[in-house]
Amino acid sequence: MSKIVRGRPGQTSPWLAIPTIAYLFLTIGIPLFITVVYSFLQRAKIGMGVTWHFSPKAYKDLFILENLDGTTTFDTRYVKVLWHSFQYSAVTTVATVVLSIPIAMWIATRNESTRNILVAAVTLPFWISILIRTYGLRQIIDDNGPIGWIAHKLGYENFHIIYTPIATMIGLTYVFLPFMILPIYASAERFDFRLAEAAYDLGAKRWTVFRRIVFPSIRPGVIAGIALVFIPALGSFLQSDMLGGGKTNMIANVIALNFTQARNWPFGCALSVLLILLTLLLVQAIRLISKKFGDQVSLV
Amino acid sequence: MSSVKTRKLVNLRNFPTFRPVSWFVLFFLYIPLVHVIVYSFNSSRIATIWEHFSTKWYFKTFHNDDMQRALKNSLKIGFAATILSTVLAVLAALGLVRMRRLGSAFAWSLIGAPLIIAEIVLAVGTLGFFMAVHIPLGIFGMVLAHTAFCIPFALLPIRARLGQLDVAPFEAAADLGANERQILRRITLPLLSPAIVSGALLAFAISIDDFITSFFISGPGSTTLPVYIFGMIRSTVTPEVDAISTLLLLFSGIVLISSYVLNRRRR
Amino acid sequence: MGNIKRRRASYAAAIAAATALLLTACGGSSTSGTPTAADTSAAFPTSGSGEVHLYNWTDYIDPEQLTAFTAETGIKVILDTFDSNETLLAKLQSGATGYDVVVPSDYMVAQMIELNLLQKVEPATFPNGKNIKPNLLNDIYWDAGRHYSAPWMYGTTGIACNTTAEPKCANIKSWHDYFTAGLPKMDSLKDQVEVVSAALRATGVAPADLCTTDKSKYAAAADLLKGFKPAVIDSDSGIERVIAGTSNVRHAWNGSTHRMKDKVPGVEYIYPSEGLNLWADNLVVPVGAPNLDNAKIFINWMMDPAHAGAESNFSGYDNGITGSDAFMSDSLKSDPAVVVPADKTALISAVPPCGQDARDLYTQVFTTWLGEQN
Repeated sequence: MSKIVRGRPGQTSPWLAIPTIAYLFLTIGIPLFITVVYSFLQRAKIGMGVTWHFSPKAYKDLFILENLDGTTTFDTRYVKVLWHSFQYSAVTTVATVVLSIPIAMWIATRNESTRNILVAAVTLPFWISILIRTYGLRQIIDDNGPIGWIAHKLGYENFHIIYTPIATMIGLTYVFLPFMILPIYASAERFDFRLAEAAYDLGAKRWTVFRRIVFPSIRPGVIAGIALVFIPALGSFLQSDMLGGGKTNMIANVIALNFTQARNWPFGCALSVLLILLTLLLVQAIRLISKKFGDQVSLV
Repeated sequence: MSSVKTRKLVNLRNFPTFRPVSWFVLFFLYIPLVHVIVYSFNSSRIATIWEHFSTKWYFKTFHNDDMQRALKNSLKIGFAATILSTVLAVLAALGLVRMRRLGSAFAWSLIGAPLIIAEIVLAVGTLGFFMAVHIPLGIFGMVLAHTAFCIPFALLPIRARLGQLDVAPFEAAADLGANERQILRRITLPLLSPAIVSGALLAFAISIDDFITSFFISGPGSTTLPVYIFGMIRSTVTPEVDAISTLLLLFSGIVLISSYVLNRRRR
Repeated sequence: MGNIKRRRASYAAAIAAATALLLTACGGSSTSGTPTAADTSAAFPTSGSGEVHLYNWTDYIDPEQLTAFTAETGIKVILDTFDSNETLLAKLQSGATGYDVVVPSDYMVAQMIELNLLQKVEPATFPNGKNIKPNLLNDIYWDAGRHYSAPWMYGTTGIACNTTAEPKCANIKSWHDYFTAGLPKMDSLKDQVEVVSAALRATGVAPADLCTTDKSKYAAAADLLKGFKPAVIDSDSGIERVIAGTSNVRHAWNGSTHRMKDKVPGVEYIYPSEGLNLWADNLVVPVGAPNLDNAKIFINWMMDPAHAGAESNFSGYDNGITGSDAFMSDSLKSDPAVVVPADKTALISAVPPCGQDARDLYTQVFTTWLGEQN
């Protein structure tokens, strides 16, 4: 007699998932574990890598600076890097929200065929290499590019945007915009605009309608978008490297520097651990916020 | 009464500023890509300064062995990682349906890790791991690493599709005496196949795109296209960068359109 | 071994004459003695099959030469590129076995030898080993006698200034002037050895003392750098930006300055009055190279004066091969950025091969400076 299978579609033996779990444990779990282990070791005497002696020095170096005059002080350098990374990501997130709500709502209120085209237009950049998109943006905001040309025509001779923190933030906004538009659109699409019309008919002002009726229903999309933008922006490397003038102003650039020129793997690993902790904290915060509003937010 | 009438005239679907902001966003999203395409036909060797129309950079690209090797490496790694990650994603999607809570929480935290944790962290961690267990830097290691971060992307559409499937065909099959394997082969996989295809496409795009991981763990003769382009951008930014980028844009376009056509036909 | 000793003796006079490392530059090396290595050339293969994996700096080898090499020897060149000595070291130490020829700078060769990463291929005994400039053979700190490394390009790191676009170039005569100029469109190299050693020089540290572990010296350098905020800090040469006019003053290698001058005649190479670093890149064979014979053939081919000269024409640097100047372009041979003028030779000294303690201090000054940028 054959086994009768009932219940959820597609169910099979849970053992099927074992190879994948084992694979990811090996290629994600172990590297993360090694990162933590390396952060507690000493750097190699010469060359790259580590020596197998326990040392908390990497963590001490994050906050305590042995000054060149022999005194020790609180080291503000890496706190500043963290703060800048956080700041740039926050500005980026706000900018993407402000730009995405209008376009998501606008797309959601078009007729179906226009809507499909617009959704495709917003999705398309996702399929294009981030490196190429960042490069393209760099050519736009270059002093010799269109932005420089316009500034020149308007008489702003000393206008520079490329190789500044602002350029980094514009780059992050540019790259992550689709990640904000799409989830907001997904929420907006489900919104019944008759609700807004009803509220309007009952005498509510347009801004009130937006605030009280429209926004709460797209809020899950906004929260999902914040997660999809803020978290990757915090660990971004290319935008600050290519648009910020290589002045190492975000945490990922400092990690990379320690695995190359500065040759301090334990310190790079300690920074990695810090970034992981910060990321987990953010995920938790976003989870709490969405819980508070009772919204269904799916992160993955 | 008159005030009500004027209110009625306002179309709620057009909140003020939505339209101009939308056009601005679309413009902002596309103008850099348009710039890349236009300037790939620039005869000047300075990528930002237009001289006159020329296709010489395409000619140069077609004769650039290093670029072609990099492209081949990207495709090799992309195909291998796509196949591996898609197979592993299908297995995981099916197995996780009936996985116990604790096991599935553990599994999901591993699957979600590449989506949440900064790529640079995983890249240097993988470098340390490879160094510790003596996996040589190169294509093999890159396929291993790419597969890992492609799995969640391949998995997402499959899981979404699984959630939408109707129970009826499964129950019917079971009632008619089909065993687990028959159901899997004859019902589950065919129903999932569009999602598997989109998952595979997504995985391929992610692998082809990858820069940071490839940068840290590439080895002899395994430079990929993004790593190669990054090197070019760092040294001599000629319009050849734009030409290669335009070809890549074209490639992405072809992949997307063919998948779209494929999907249409299936419906 | 006897062979090397013999050559050592025959070059003794030339070495004695060469006070510093390269001072002969392009012109003076025609008196460098007769070749003595003919005995080994019989056994040395000149063609092969398969591939040679080259790992080189970005934009540092002429693609046409690689094509010519393949046509002549039947060996295909697989090229990968890196952007700093440390990236190269990281790759080799993380177990990238598969490169046949890599191109480290002087101090990095010394470290790689210490880490047992290189093969003793004795490039001086190759048929074209006789062409190695005498002052780049025995009198070098990183590989005296050239047991591991063959010479590649060498050059200096100074300041490039576009005198047409930035008239204040005339005021920059020293590193101190450069760091305190505060001009718009200034760029810097993202290279901790170059930046920090220049800052040390600018604050009065003698060239011989650049590996000091005296922290007060580094504190002074860090103080000077505090006010130095360039527009771009890059690990590339910035050639395109200078040509495009988005950068007018920069910390630059002499070869890239030569390439800028080719397009923008107003660019000048400044020899700072506190002195500047001389570096020399090398071709070496890492341990585990899968195509050892091909690697030797490649290195030998590149030590041919015609080929070395062509490489100089491509990269804008002088090279370590006697007789290559006959194949160099006139613009290269007449460029004071490339051929060190007689009154400037005293300014040049080798890149400091510092110990770990000094290197840590360099790192500290460098990362502090980077951290102060915004």
